[in-house]
Amino acid sequence: MGAGHGHKLHYHGHSVVHRAPAHLKILVLLGFTVLVVATPGEWYAAFGAYLLVIAVVVGVSRVPATYLLKRSLIEVPFLAFALLLPFVAHGPRTDVLGLSVSESGLLAAWALLAKGTLGVLASLTLAATTEPHELLHGLERLRLPSQLVQIMAFMVRYLDVVTGEMQRMKVARESRGFSARDPRQWPVLARSAGALFIRSYERGERVHLAMLSRGYTGRMPRIEGRP
Amino acid sequence: MHVPNGFLDAPTSMATGAAAVVCVGAALAGARRELDDRTAPMAGLVAAFVFATQMLNFPVAAGTSGHLLGGALAAVLVGPWTALLCMSVVFLVQSLLFADGGITALGTNIILMGVTTVVVGWLLFVLLRALLPKRPSLVPLEAGLAAMVSVPAAALVFVGLYAAGGTADLSLGELAVAMVGVHTLIGIGEAAITFLAVASIVAVRPDLVYGARPLLARRELEIRATATEATA
Amino acid sequence: MNAPVLDVRGLAYAYPDGHQALFGVDLHVHRGERVALLGPNGAGKTTLVLHLNGILSADSGGHGAGAVSVSGLPVEKANLAEIRRRVGVVFQDPDDQLFMGTVRADVAFGPANLGIRGAELDRRVMHALDQVGMAEFVDRPPHHLSFGQRRRVAVATVLAMEPEILVLDEPSSNLDPASRRELADILRSLDVTLLMVTHDLPYALELCPRSVVLSGGAVVADGSTYDVLADEPLMRAHRLELPFGFDPRNVTPRP
Ligand SMILES: Nc1ncnc2c1ncn2[C@@H]1O[C@H](COP(=O)(O)OP(=O)(O)O)[C@@H](O)[C@H]1O
Ligand SMILES: [Mg+2]
Repeated sequence: MGAGHGHKLHYHGHSVVHRAPAHLKILVLLGFTVLVVATPGEWYAAFGAYLLVIAVVVGVSRVPATYLLKRSLIEVPFLAFALLLPFVAHGPRTDVLGLSVSESGLLAAWALLAKGTLGVLASLTLAATTEPHELLHGLERLRLPSQLVQIMAFMVRYLDVVTGEMQRMKVARESRGFSARDPRQWPVLARSAGALFIRSYERGERVHLAMLSRGYTGRMPRIEGRP
Repeated sequence: MHVPNGFLDAPTSMATGAAAVVCVGAALAGARRELDDRTAPMAGLVAAFVFATQMLNFPVAAGTSGHLLGGALAAVLVGPWTALLCMSVVFLVQSLLFADGGITALGTNIILMGVTTVVVGWLLFVLLRALLPKRPSLVPLEAGLAAMVSVPAAALVFVGLYAAGGTADLSLGELAVAMVGVHTLIGIGEAAITFLAVASIVAVRPDLVYGARPLLARRELEIRATATEATA
Repeated sequence: MNAPVLDVRGLAYAYPDGHQALFGVDLHVHRGERVALLGPNGAGKTTLVLHLNGILSADSGGHGAGAVSVSGLPVEKANLAEIRRRVGVVFQDPDDQLFMGTVRADVAFGPANLGIRGAELDRRVMHALDQVGMAEFVDRPPHHLSFGQRRRVAVATVLAMEPEILVLDEPSSNLDPASRRELADILRSLDVTLLMVTHDLPYALELCPRSVVLSGGAVVADGSTYDVLADEPLMRAHRLELPFGFDPRNVTPRP
């Protein structure tokens, strides 16, 4: 279940938030999110304060609020789950607007909504103010195993290639009257996935050969002057 | 299905985080055997591929749609260890660059949609491959069946985690029925797509399918023998 | 005469899936020569190129026979680092060759793998980019450049390793006429031994005095480009077609 990812979220800018070192931003995001998650749901004022903190950071970064809000739709599936909770949870019940709902469910739904939304907004702020390659550099400085950093670097590098390939295949399908709404169309989607894999894999093979040709031995060389 | 921040309580999130670290550590060691010095570029590519296929939303029932998890598919294509690395990197990128799945729930998401689908999918695949006749043409079927089971398995693990650290007081029985029910449907979609995707790859480049390689080995040896004569 | 820069003897190769692509190829290229390697699609040109710097070999998973050496140094596992410094391969698709975040990082990748650092690395990067006229793009991400510009950067990534021989796989493919011309001017200005894989026959005539024709995994002709292109039965037999209206006899070859 879930919304798709259209494109990368980076919003170009030169604010303090943009320029802050990526590893610090990741640590701050982690600390902030842990704090939010650890806060008991009944401390309503605290959540207001967290929202204010995010608002200030977003304000300083000059990323338009609408830009972030549009992209926070990603949490919609879980909103739906949260909205169901008051009706299906157990325990003592209470009346809201004439509907009988579970008290514990109501509180859980609120906490889920507040924490989920704050988490998404905070992550979006990081994503909007940090270029993918800075993020990689930050993770490297945070001692993420170098193999994982490398896999991630290649993934970010290939994401455009693969999604571009996929977009082209989609256009080709739809220009021939294809619509994905019907399970009878699954075979077409799956064969597209197969073709996508072969194209991607063969490209990966060629890139790897090109790297070997320039002396690659399995470790990325340190190149100074890298941004 | 991406679990957001605050969905599970802190102790559970920490436990899944620790479990995820252990699994990824094991996968880092194990993946060297699967792809050697090609590990990073190939795994990065497969991660991008899984990421892209997770964007393929397919219709399920009554207006809901599911998307491919891809764990079983990745395991059959590149081997279980590399698949686990790919899935972990996908979730890391999704949570950092796309705000999909909470950063404190990263461990949970890796265990749920990465480790569970890869392990269940791969074990079942290997079992089926051992039981059924050893033919490359059956690999897509085995992969599809493995994928079908891997999705409700992930839903069950989700219910288990919710029992341990859920933040609302739900009837676990009902939750389990609902989750497994919906995800059995999604599993059928996953199975169909996995079957057809693996079938179209086995048809063109069977050597690219990790899970099919043991079945190709015999044919390859014969060809090598004739190639020696031709070129000697 | 000293050892040829490139010495290929009896090279045969079958891919792991059993498909045999080369059937005993012999090829010698001497210092300062510019040689075109012509052949139809599927002739085995790329397969041959991948043997020249040891990417493919008898022990790379497939099955092979024969030998390659570069300035007397055999291409084998123990020498691979030195071989890859000596033989610079520019691949057909520049997107395969450019995988870092910036042009600078991409061009630096090769020399950095050779252990070069600091000021010398910078000098190599800028010199290579100067040679292909791309110095002003040094801090741009490669995927923001046009296709022709990316191909030139791909050439620079290899020049930065200061190879003894430059091997280009179909350098003129997918270029518009202006980019094709610019690349020709760049290639002509370089003072290196050159092996250029192509089925762009006018390009071969313009840049390479000598041509080798590979067809069905074997060398079927080796001679002056003019003679090869003018041999109509040979060209027809190996699916090499001159563009409509192009006649090598009407072109005055450049020195
Ligand atoms: N990785 C591979 N596995 C199996 N066969 C291959 C592979 N790469 C190329 N071939 C086959 O080897 C033959 C020669 O290919 P190639 O060297 O790419 O030709 P060219 O570059 O001259 O067009 C072709 O028939 C091609 O299908
Ligand atoms: Mg080729």
